[in-house]
Amino acid sequence: MTLYIARRFLGFLATLLIAAAIIFVLLDLLPGDPARFILGINASDASVAALRTQMGLDAPALSRFLSWVWGVARGDFGLSSTQRAPVSELIWERMAVTLPLTLFAMVVSMLVGLPMGIIAAMRRGKAADTTLMVMAQTGVAVPNFWFGMLLTLIFAVGLRWLPTGGFTPWDEDAGAALRAMVLPGMALALPQAAILARVMRTALVDVAEQDFIRTARAKGLTRDQALWRHGVRNALLPVLTILGLQFAFLIAGTIIVENVFYLPGLGRLIFTAISERDLVLVRGATLVLVVVVSATMLLVDLGYALVDPRLRRESGR
Amino acid sequence: MTFSKSLAMGVAALVLSAGTALAQSTEIRIGVALEPPALDPTAGAAEAIDIVVYQNVFEGLTRIDQTGAVQPDLAESWAVSDDGLTYTFKLHDGVTFHDGSTFDADDVKFTFDRILADDSVNAQKALYAPISTVSVIDPLTVEMTLSRPDGLFLFNLGRGDAVIVAPESAETNATQPIGTGPFAFVQWNRGSRVMLERYEPYWGEKPALTKATYVFISDTATMTNALLAGDIDGTNNFAAEALPVFENNPQFKVLVGSTEGETILATNNKKSPFDNLKVRQAMAHALNRQEIIDGATYGYGVPIGTHFAPHHPYYLDLTDTYPFDPEAAKALLAEAGYPDGFSATLKLPPVAYARLSGQIIASEFAKVGIKLELINMEWAQWLEDVLTNKDFDLTIVSHVEPFDIGIYADPNYYFGYDNPEVQALNEQLNATIDDAERKTLAQKIETIIAKDAVNGYLFELAQTGVWNAKLEGMWQNAPIEGVVLRDIHWAE
Repeated sequence: MTLYIARRFLGFLATLLIAAAIIFVLLDLLPGDPARFILGINASDASVAALRTQMGLDAPALSRFLSWVWGVARGDFGLSSTQRAPVSELIWERMAVTLPLTLFAMVVSMLVGLPMGIIAAMRRGKAADTTLMVMAQTGVAVPNFWFGMLLTLIFAVGLRWLPTGGFTPWDEDAGAALRAMVLPGMALALPQAAILARVMRTALVDVAEQDFIRTARAKGLTRDQALWRHGVRNALLPVLTILGLQFAFLIAGTIIVENVFYLPGLGRLIFTAISERDLVLVRGATLVLVVVVSATMLLVDLGYALVDPRLRRESGR
Repeated sequence: MTFSKSLAMGVAALVLSAGTALAQSTEIRIGVALEPPALDPTAGAAEAIDIVVYQNVFEGLTRIDQTGAVQPDLAESWAVSDDGLTYTFKLHDGVTFHDGSTFDADDVKFTFDRILADDSVNAQKALYAPISTVSVIDPLTVEMTLSRPDGLFLFNLGRGDAVIVAPESAETNATQPIGTGPFAFVQWNRGSRVMLERYEPYWGEKPALTKATYVFISDTATMTNALLAGDIDGTNNFAAEALPVFENNPQFKVLVGSTEGETILATNNKKSPFDNLKVRQAMAHALNRQEIIDGATYGYGVPIGTHFAPHHPYYLDLTDTYPFDPEAAKALLAEAGYPDGFSATLKLPPVAYARLSGQIIASEFAKVGIKLELINMEWAQWLEDVLTNKDFDLTIVSHVEPFDIGIYADPNYYFGYDNPEVQALNEQLNATIDDAERKTLAQKIETIIAKDAVNGYLFELAQTGVWNAKLEGMWQNAPIEGVVLRDIHWAE
């Protein structure tokens, strides 16, 4: 088990270093001068040159890369060139929105999706199965931002129960912060729940064909009991993989929903930073995303080992 | 998004007729499409900076009012020497910065020394280049000497780029702006909102509003919903395609006014075939302004025939210099040696007016034989390719700086127009103070550049604001970038 963890952890570190190099090179190749962007079309060349120097853009690429990596290693992500604030502070502010929103959406999607999948699998071929899978199919097909707009029209514009968007910081008014999470959280969760339901159902249906379920039934369990006690746990492996991917997607890929609900999340931060050529900020934020996604994958790998004892033994040898 | 947009608007219009107005207050929430990257107007060109802080948090020696005229601000009066080279400013007494420190002549000197320093990052540094010395006579008197007379000097002092900052707070104004204005900065939740509150010790007349929140909403359909749901009270400039929802709704008022944004089909005058006057004239004849205005601005743009704002007293209507006439365009192309036309690229920045105009112009040009390849770009790439490297044939952009005809006197500017006559006239214009003379000179330049068809002159961008019907005191026109809060109030 220790070796298994150590090996996964080394892989994790290697991923980070390679990602850092790729991020740096790609951003350096991107056309567009950050200083010119800030000063606009009437600025003199002298002002632009002064700003370039101030932003440290004059140094050769290699030395800029090394000083960046060295800074990151010490926890210093540098100063955003457009916002003139520490990158770590900017990312942290956004995490206060993105992390709770992601967790909210994950929990809702599991609460909705997993039971749907399990019930559909147990009632395979029956009316309940068909109904649930039609719902799931629709859920997969509906884009989350469109669903978000629909929710806004009904609950914010029409009924005025919830705000159309925006975000009040947690320390200012936690209730308002929570209310701001509800609509975007649902918009993100339900399409994910639909995917989860379909994966759960398929996995459970596959497991139902396995020998150990037949053995369990031969020992006197009903089909439902056998599936519930032995099937679900075994069907969780593919579900865990999907959950890991969904978490990664929600952390970084919610920009359209953030736009619809004008939420200050990580996705919008990165999008704006790219269009404004705030290279320091883009670099820092993408690296944080790489860390989060790789860490999630690491946890999923470890989760496999928990769910499936065979993995522990094989890799522990 | 088109479908979701129309869905949003349709359903919202139905659901909303029953909505109620919020209780009246002294607070306002304003929706803004773009978030400022920072809040220091002296170190960045983004319009969003001025929208939040100009005349609200920061003030200059002078200020621009809603007609575009220069008014005294921190300088209560001034005297100009006969040669137009020495300005003596009498400063207001009893003015404090929001951190409590006193405003005096030293702050003025600091501000301009900072703008003119070698390592200055002021976006409009060139405008203040005529200033040769700034000296403190006494705490409430400042003398500035110029190296040459400058007819726009007092106007330029009223721009966001020249607001007075204090040495103690200048470095942190980007994130924690401290000025002398009627509103003090409270907090900025990045990605979400900026909050200002009335500064009670303010030296001038107190505004009616006690609190203002700027909410950043980039998506048009979302902004529509936020307005309809009463989550925001208005927005200073809203996408024209969304206006019909509000025009017939008694809870809102739509303010249509002018801006300083001359939208042009900028042409690379140094590159063949555009260095040929006949080719540029042919292109001017091929443009159907009304069609472009209807298609790209939903009819809200105002046609222009030269590089000047139509609301300005110096404006000359030159839209008939080269009227829409495809046959004349073809004839000119043939004379220029392109009987079958030619191919060129049109680089388009990511703004709706440019992308939409681009498609219409491409189809208009195709009819006279000019085949345009449309290339969409984001701003950073556009700035590098077009503005810095001048690697372009044609592009569409709105020049939003007030009184910017001087760009035609700079042969190194991106469209590369090099005409000694215009350069001489512009120098003369800069050095002239007398209004009537200035007008004559400006109109001479307007006429020459129109006749030379330097760029395709399309339209002046409109400002289309949507506000709660009970709000009053908003600027209808935008002679300078900003949303000035001082006169805004809720009707009784």
